[in-house]
Amino acid sequence: MRAYVSVFRLRLANGLQYRSAALAGIATQFFWGFIIIMVFQAFYAQAQSPPPLSLSLSQLITYVWLQQAFLSFIMLWFRDNELFQLITSGNIAYELCRPNGIYGFWYAKLLAQRLASAALRCFPILVVALFLPQPYRLVTPADPATFLLFVVTLTLGLLILVSISMLIYISTFITMSAAGSLLMFGVLGEFLAGVVIPIPLMPSWLKSIVYVLPFRLTADLPFRVYSGHIPKWQALELIPLQLLWLAALIGFGKYAMGKALRRVVVQGG
Amino acid sequence: MITVSGISKSFKVAQRTSGVKSAVKALFRREYTEVAALNDISFSIAPGEIIGYIGPNGAGKSTTIKVMSGILVPDRGSCSIMGYTPWLDRVAYVKNIGVVFGQRSQLWWDVPVIDSFELLRDIYDVPQPEYESNLKLLTETLDLENIIRTPVRQLSLGQRMRCEIAASLLHSPSILFLDEPTIGLDAVSKIAVRQFITRINKEKGVTVILTTHDMNDIEALANRILLIGKGSLLFDGDLNSLRDKYADDSRTGVSSIEEIVVRMYEEYQIS
Repeated sequence: MRAYVSVFRLRLANGLQYRSAALAGIATQFFWGFIIIMVFQAFYAQAQSPPPLSLSLSQLITYVWLQQAFLSFIMLWFRDNELFQLITSGNIAYELCRPNGIYGFWYAKLLAQRLASAALRCFPILVVALFLPQPYRLVTPADPATFLLFVVTLTLGLLILVSISMLIYISTFITMSAAGSLLMFGVLGEFLAGVVIPIPLMPSWLKSIVYVLPFRLTADLPFRVYSGHIPKWQALELIPLQLLWLAALIGFGKYAMGKALRRVVVQGG
Repeated sequence: MITVSGISKSFKVAQRTSGVKSAVKALFRREYTEVAALNDISFSIAPGEIIGYIGPNGAGKSTTIKVMSGILVPDRGSCSIMGYTPWLDRVAYVKNIGVVFGQRSQLWWDVPVIDSFELLRDIYDVPQPEYESNLKLLTETLDLENIIRTPVRQLSLGQRMRCEIAASLLHSPSILFLDEPTIGLDAVSKIAVRQFITRINKEKGVTVILTTHDMNDIEALANRILLIGKGSLLFDGDLNSLRDKYADDSRTGVSSIEEIVVRMYEEYQIS
């Protein structure tokens, strides 16, 4: 356990040293956030008659700002190139002569990387978004319980996301190139998580697909809990589902990794 | 302490001739050749030995090291090291070994060396007093005092290699595998590394298995030599018996170890 905590700490410390990357990231996220909000604003304004949309504009804006602030919690393309290099260059040889499971070790590494990135970026974005003029303002949650549920679902969502992203790394053992998996997981996963179009705005047939998959538990669920679009009782019901998916994804990832390691070939020298 | 018997390992290698035509053909049917990297290798090693494991490029040296350190699973054969089978009891077994791959790095690139060391301390669960005394010994003998707080990316190759070796010994392993530890090092660093290996072998009784192409390493360190060529073990004995067998006194008086090895490669037709 000490090893996992230690790699977590080192990765966190490592990630916190990239200040200019964080500043650039914050600027990009504001720019991006405004564009998306303006697009949706136009979309809502043009809707004929009172829009039959269940998500209000202010809830949508909250959704977008949370997305931007916690980008590194929800994006599958956010990756650790070191791990890919480790696999394709054969440096994995060293990881294999350590007395711990690689799955847990990498999981801790990836989690720390996302946390470090979020720690640097989320607060400035959240603070500024809270003081923006209407209608661009990020609203505060209705009550402390809602906020607490948001924190719980966001944390579990992050854990689920990392376990999904582990599958990308494991697939690299077989394909030897990260590009394909990253693109597939990235595009599909983010769409199904409601990062491109918020899930309440999707047609109902698509919703029924999205709701059986784990992706939307990473981003859509916590953000809608925050804005109150998903009521508290429903959030409480969905937390066990998150736990279930988390256990299933980790179980599958460990199994697949064990398989991949049995047939690993360390090439050259 | 180490018994390897009948280890074989082969790799599938995709093959095609040059040109677009054969590339197109390879889209539909790919031809593989089985390359036997290791073929029925057996030997045993007693505690406290320093073994020089030599052979031409591609002979299977690194593959043997990888099998013995639990990274690769051999196709056939068995291996027992301190009572463990490396690839089956990987996690329990690797606590007892240290490995240095001269062509790879285990240190974190962007952080000072000491951070990597502390991570390794936690990975191997080394008690703090033991870690400190090991670190002290290693910094003194490998002369790391001035470089340990520098980020790895700013170290020279020789400095980095000394740190790599130190990193492999923080958990006081009883077996040390060194895969080309002196590759690319200047004379000063080479000698420092050699002296260090002798010292930990004498003082701590660490068993050392060393692969190298630098015959001076072998001369300075190894009390026993294993020669491998084309995946088979060809010679097992000490340096003197090797000299007796292949030295060509009639011409040059005393042959250098390099010449002896070349002659040996020629005899076995593995060069």
